[in-house]
This record gives sequence, C-alpha cells and structure tokens, in this order.
Amino acid sequence: MFLHALGALGLGLALATSAGAQEEEATPHYPLHHPEPQEWSFAGPFGTYDKGQLQRGFKVYREVCSACHSLDMVAFRNLEALGYSDEQVRAIAAEYQIQDGPNEAGDMFERPGTPSDYFPSPFANPEQAAASNNGAPPPDLSLIAKARGVERGFPTFIFDIFTQYAEGGPDYIHALLTGYDEAPPEGLQVPEGTYYNPYFISGPALAMPPPISDGQVTYDDGAPETVDQYSRDVSAFLMWAAEPHLEARKQTGFTVVIFLLLFGGLVYLTKRKIWAELH
Amino acid sequence: MSGGHSTYTPKTGFGRWIDARLPLPRLIYDSFVAYPVPRNLNYAYTFGGILSLMLAAQILTGVVLAMHYAANTELAFGSVEKIMRDVNSGWLLRYLHANGASFFFVAVYVHIFRGLYYGSYKAPRELLWILGCIIYLLMMATAFMGYVLPWGQMSFWGATVITGFFSAIPLVGDWIQQLLLGGFAVENPTLNRFFSLHYLLPFMIAGVVILHIWALHVTGQTNPTGIEVKQKTDTVAFTPYATIKDGFAMVVFLFVFAYFVFYMPNYLGHPDNYIEADPLKTPAHIVPEWYFLPFYAMLRAITFNIGPIDSKLGGVLVMFGSIALLFLTPWLDTSKVRSAAYRPWYKIFFWLFVADAILLGWLGSRPAEGLYVAMAQIGTLYYYAFFLVVMPVLGLIETPRRLPNSITEAVLEKNKAGSLAAQPVSQR
Repeated sequence: MFLHALGALGLGLALATSAGAQEEEATPHYPLHHPEPQEWSFAGPFGTYDKGQLQRGFKVYREVCSACHSLDMVAFRNLEALGYSDEQVRAIAAEYQIQDGPNEAGDMFERPGTPSDYFPSPFANPEQAAASNNGAPPPDLSLIAKARGVERGFPTFIFDIFTQYAEGGPDYIHALLTGYDEAPPEGLQVPEGTYYNPYFISGPALAMPPPISDGQVTYDDGAPETVDQYSRDVSAFLMWAAEPHLEARKQTGFTVVIFLLLFGGLVYLTKRKIWAELH
Repeated sequence: MSGGHSTYTPKTGFGRWIDARLPLPRLIYDSFVAYPVPRNLNYAYTFGGILSLMLAAQILTGVVLAMHYAANTELAFGSVEKIMRDVNSGWLLRYLHANGASFFFVAVYVHIFRGLYYGSYKAPRELLWILGCIIYLLMMATAFMGYVLPWGQMSFWGATVITGFFSAIPLVGDWIQQLLLGGFAVENPTLNRFFSLHYLLPFMIAGVVILHIWALHVTGQTNPTGIEVKQKTDTVAFTPYATIKDGFAMVVFLFVFAYFVFYMPNYLGHPDNYIEADPLKTPAHIVPEWYFLPFYAMLRAITFNIGPIDSKLGGVLVMFGSIALLFLTPWLDTSKVRSAAYRPWYKIFFWLFVADAILLGWLGSRPAEGLYVAMAQIGTLYYYAFFLVVMPVLGLIETPRRLPNSITEAVLEKNKAGSLAAQPVSQR
C-alpha cells in the first residue's frame, strides 16, 4: 500500500489519472465498486471495541457464518474479551462437541468443549469443505478482516496515513454482505452457482449466496435486526478476531507517542543549548 | 582513529591498568567522543546513527521472535499468529520487527540519496561507499528472506518469483535456483534455509557496518560543502555535538516509526500475507515489499529481446545492473566538485533521479500492462542515463559555483545570512 504513497510523492496527478484510465480500458478491475467507509468504534487513535457490538457480531457468526466458515485461531477463552464471564465462556464452550482422543482403548471420542478449546471447523477437512461448496472452500474467518483490503487509489492512500485509516477489512466485509442487492449490468454473464456482487474483490460474482436476511438473528439488546446491522456487527467481531490486541496496541501507542514527544522536546532543548556555545 | 593522536587519558588506576592491556575504552573514546566531525553537518547526516539503531532494534526483536517461530511450512503461519495472539507483547514485537524492516529501508534510502547528493562516494571514500553498497545488498537479501518466513501468500509467491530470476542466468541458472530453494519449488527446505540465513545475515551486516565505520573514521566525514576539513575550527567533537544532534534525529525518526507500529501496523504490508501460503492459488497481482518496487519495475520494463538475450534474462540483467551501477558510482562521476550545493545542473538531475526512483516504485506496484510498461521503460532509461551519461558528462562540462575556502568560512557566511557581500575568493 505504501507503494502508492511512493508514487504519489513524485508523480503529477494528471499522469496518474491518465494511467489509471488506460488501465480501466485494458481489464476490468475488481471490485467493481469500492466499499463505502463506515463508522467504527475501534477506528482512530483512541478506538476501542464496542463489547455489545462484538457480542452481537459473535451471535451472527455463531448462528449464520459458522455453518460454513471456520474460526480456527480463536479459542473459547478469548471470548472473555467480549465481556463474557468465566461461567458464560464455559457454557458457550460446552455447547460445542470437540473431537478428542485417542482414549485408552485407542478410539477417538467426542466431548463438550472447554475454554481452552478452539472453535471447531464445520467441515472435517479442506477436501470436504470444497466438495460441499461447489469446489470453493469457504475461507477461515480468523484473519479475514486483515486479509482483505481494497486498494484505495491515489491520492486517498496518502491521506490515509494522516487519518489513520486502517479499517479497509471491516469496510470490505460490510460492503460485501450488504452488496448483493444490485442487478448485474447488462451483458455480464454471472456464472452458474455464483452470485453477482459488485463489491467482491476478485471477480464480478462469488460462490457464497447472500448469507443473511432481515430478522434472521434475534438481538436481545434492541439493536435493529437488519442486514446492514448484522453486517456491521459481524465485521466488528471479525476485526476483533483478527486483531484481538488492538485496544492494547492503541493505548500503548498513546503512551509511547507522548513519551517520545516530551523526550524529543527535552533532547531538542539540550541540543540547542550545546550548539549555542558554538555560534 | 582518524590519523590524529589519541587524547584519551585514563583517570583512575584501574583505567590505566585496562588501558595497558586492552585499550578498548581508548578506542571507544577516540571513536565516539573525541572524534572530530565537520561542524556544518545537517540532519541528512544523522541517518547513519539511525541505521545503527534500527539494526540493533531488528536484531533484538528478531532474536526474541525466533524463540517463538517455527520454520516449518505446516507450522510457520500458525506460529506467527500465536505470537500475535498468545505471546506476551508478541503483537508488539512482531509489528516492531515487520515495520522496522520498512523503516530500516526508509533510513537507508535517505542515507544513500544523501551520499549521492553530497558526493560522499568520491575519493578518498570509494571503499567506504562500496562497503555501504554491500550492506545494502545484504539488507535486501535479509529483508526478502524475512518476508518469506510468515508463510503467507505474498511470502510464497514473492519467493517463487524472485528465486525464479536466477533461472534466467545461462548455464548455471537452474543450479543456482535449486541451491536457493533446496529443491525444485518453494517448499519446506526453502523455508528452513531462509530462516537460517535470515538469522545469519544481520550479523554479517553488523560486521560490514564495523568496517564501514572504520573506513569512515579513517577518511573523516564529508559535509554539505564537500570541502575537506582543513583546520581545527572546521570541526567539533563527536560528543557532545554530533551525539546530541543524532540523538534528536533518532527520537524524531522513532516517533514516525511508532506512529506506524501502533496506529497503522499493516499499512506497509499486503493483506494477502494474512492468507496462508497456497501453492495452488496464485494471487491476482504478485508484488514485492515497497522497498523493492523500483527494481521490480525495471525488471518488468524489459519486455523485448535484445539479440541473443531474451526479455527475461534482459530484465534480470537490468535489475541487477541497476545495483551494480551503485558500486561503480565513484568512478562514473567525473566532477572535481563533491557537493551538489555547488553544482547547479547536477542538482537538477539529482532531484529528477529521486523523482524517477519514486515513479519506478509506484510503477512496480502497478500491473505490467499498457502505459505503465512504457513509463517504466522511460524510468529505467533515465535511471541508467543518470549514472552512465549524466555523471560522467556533466562533470566535464558543468561550471560549478564558487566554493568557499573552508568549512569555517562557509558556516560564517551562512550565519551572516544574506548580508554577505561575496568577496572575490580564489577558486578551489
């Protein structure tokens, strides 16, 4: 991404746009639409996760996404970060059946999950995942919020440094989940078994059908039960799953930045004093 | 070390005892306290110190990361995520290390461009410059191998593309490629040897850095005027003057570094590297890390065959040649005047060269098609012309501006700011 920053520094805008136009003629560039930036509680230097939103997003993951998508790198114990108590985490874990073993008889067996277990995969192996999904295995969602990002283009990516825009992943997920409504443009052949979505990053259509509809998941905190809200919440949840230490990072960052400012100021004054004797 | 006598006098009996047996404190005192530096060094000259700091920081974070990393294709990706999630402050270590590599290159590019601007490579500093070029090469190798270790999609495909360059070399190419890979494709043996070398090379860098600093202390530093130190008033003692100035620059640099580490740690990376390597799935665009992009652009600019040389080999030769030119720079530049401050034409071509490098960097990130290819070809042409035409020819035909007689004179002139009625002074 910084590459773009490099180019921008030396390049005239005119040059860049003319090249961009050329590119568009050569091959269609995906996604067809750029995701609309959303408001996120975890954006910016003081961003924190909204625990209520994470719990709602987790509910959406559990009731909808987890039918096809694994979450390999998240353990039940991690859910305490969403505001669940130790008992609640144990209860959630116990709802899952985890394969364990072999036991003394040499057999594998199933047992209820404990907090140290990881979310089990909906499929036994990647081959089964592919076979059940038309040959396109649903990606694991542990890192999806950092593994997707639509190029911002010149000069936006320069401004992104100063606005600290780092929410390309959740913006993308939200745009994708809410982006199924549009009718494909005329002349576009949507291959069989795929669904047109202009926000999809690597083609005009993807194998995932529209995964969620209004009212599908019941919220008990009064949040609207709409596709837009579901998408927003599950995007936030997936950002947490991908970057669980985001809050600690930003808080530490603030301390570091303040320290460096003060320390830098003192070093500068010292430097001035030392060099003043020379002039 | 710089030819003068040592002024170190141990104050205690113990100090004298040590000094008579292993004069390490004397070496340190002479190199980093009493060592005279030109008094007119500007902040562009602080990046040597910054680079030492970055090297030390990379080694420190890297050694700890290696304690938690597993160099195995089955485990590598997961072990990095373990560091991010479960190791205490692991996320901090890894983000420091990954962004540290980028900022290491930011610093080295400023350092190299500073050398090109002020003519730091000219006699008697040719070896100093060449040692720097060797460090830069080692840095590139280290960074490339380090980027493979997390075993993401860009790690894997970047490694596949870059090791593929070597197969273009006639006769021995395939053999070199297989030696690098430890097989016929990027696989577990590749990851293992890259990890081993990634751990080894930084210490080789540290070794060459010692030679680089040694050579620097023999010839003394250049300075923005390009005039050699002539009298005592031209210099100040390294400590406290350069130490405090370097220190301040380091804090400012660390501030920018921290901004990225804590607020946008993934800005300089590629999202695809958060997808585990999959040899069966090629990413839409394979791009190297940003600091390699100008070279990548030059590699891909050669889309035509030149006689017996096909476009692939041609691209590889042009890419490696662009770095080889740096080694030859001391002999390509024919100008008697060092500093661009007194070379009105060179100054223009220099800034064009900087713009060209940035443009090539941007083009390296674009797909190699249409207008981008033509632009990359023009950019490559200027890159080569800067070294092979501008440097030799300009030195012979350019009329440099009047040089001050000494550094002291230059500083005094500058302090008088504007009010200087330039008295006619004899030319250099």
